[in-house]
Amino acid sequence: MNKNSNAYIIAYASVLVIIVAALLAYASVSLQDRQNENVRVEKMGDILRSIGQGMDADKAPDKYVYINEQYAKYITRSYTVNTAGEVTEGTDPFAIALNLKELYDAPAGRRNLPIFESKDDGGKVLYIIPVWGSGLWGPIWGYVALESDFDTIHGAIFDHKGETPGLGAEIATPTFYAQYKGKALFEGDEMVCVTALKGSGTSAGNPHAVDAISGGTITSRAVEKMLRDCMTDYAVYFEKMRAAGAGADAASGATATGTTDTAGETPDSLTVN
Amino acid sequence: MFSLKIWKVLTSPMGENNPITVQILGICSALAVTAKLKPAIVMALSVMIVTAFSNLIISVMRNSIPSRVRIIVQLVVIAALVIVVDQILKAYVYDVSKQLSVFVGLIITNCILMGRLEAFAMANKPWPSFVDGIGNGIGYGVILVILGVFREIFGAGTLLGYRIIPDAWYIKNGGFYENNGLVLLPPMALLCVGIIIWVVNARKKKA
Repeated sequence: MNKNSNAYIIAYASVLVIIVAALLAYASVSLQDRQNENVRVEKMGDILRSIGQGMDADKAPDKYVYINEQYAKYITRSYTVNTAGEVTEGTDPFAIALNLKELYDAPAGRRNLPIFESKDDGGKVLYIIPVWGSGLWGPIWGYVALESDFDTIHGAIFDHKGETPGLGAEIATPTFYAQYKGKALFEGDEMVCVTALKGSGTSAGNPHAVDAISGGTITSRAVEKMLRDCMTDYAVYFEKMRAAGAGADAASGATATGTTDTAGETPDSLTVN
Repeated sequence: MFSLKIWKVLTSPMGENNPITVQILGICSALAVTAKLKPAIVMALSVMIVTAFSNLIISVMRNSIPSRVRIIVQLVVIAALVIVVDQILKAYVYDVSKQLSVFVGLIITNCILMGRLEAFAMANKPWPSFVDGIGNGIGYGVILVILGVFREIFGAGTLLGYRIIPDAWYIKNGGFYENNGLVLLPPMALLCVGIIIWVVNARKKKA
């Protein structure tokens, strides 16, 4: 047989491609569940890290069980709101948080914005907001945990797809995101968010700024923009909750301890107002 | 099964014919994934598996492959194997696969693979080809592991995540030591590869 005839080459290529396609389809389908589970556990872990929980995942004998347990323990409720500040029904907040790109690709009016409510060991209620934006080389995202005054940041974590290692990639290190703890979103009634400033120490004492990463200016600005864009979507809801009275039972079913905690923080926000 | 010839095929890429230090192939990934030891090991294993099995498969097929499209056939085999490896990594070692990111996919373009297929598998029987693939994979892996060990110890003070340099030595804890951030960046990896190549060449001249 002439191995260099067109017929042979076409037949050869077709058979080869069909075999390879079948093999890859099989590999993809049979590993799909496990891969999805990995992504799910990673997101749960991220959400927990933003409130400072689930830190021992790498030491746990079974990471999957550990994260699932911790998640069930601390995340008490999740729901979605729209940009008009109304709670929307019939949505799956976690599924939306898994695909934030799709959420922010949709027109603002049709977004169902997920909020995760957690209660820590002391009964303190925190609200976790997923954020998503574009960095220098690819997407960046994170989770911001807000105190029940919907103003003070309790904790935040960021991650990225492919920022420059050693420069922009530093946003995923605790040195950078720990700076966000205690920062405030609102100045009076206006949302000013948190900006990233140049120069070490320039942000000291400023409740709306953190030190940017040297050499990672574009990524630092991207984090700043991501926070502002995403938080703006929630702004109406935050205002509503703030107006509803930080001292009163703002969130559904806050316990007595929860209320005391919130009451402890009201003076600050009241004087600002 | 393990004649002297086969043994030579297996060991020569580890020494006098090393893909990285002698043939200077696969440098890109050697610089990119060796900041920590664990991804370096996973990358080395992935490359070894892909080289060995693509060599084996191409060698089995070598008499039926039309020479006019042989490069494309080789690429299809390599790409299929790389995608399978990538999927398995995503399913079983998710955190490492995230660190390796695009570099698993880029095994497809790793010159070591195409080089071995063209130079060896197309002209040899399946078993020697398989061994050749393993040998080249190990030759590549050894350099990756050396780089990974060096960079993780001096860049992060750990090895496979375990602390090697005591916490008390660090300046922030009142000591005298600080991690070298440069070691974690690719330029330092290039310098390290250069030094390894220098040492290898210097030793070869003496012999």
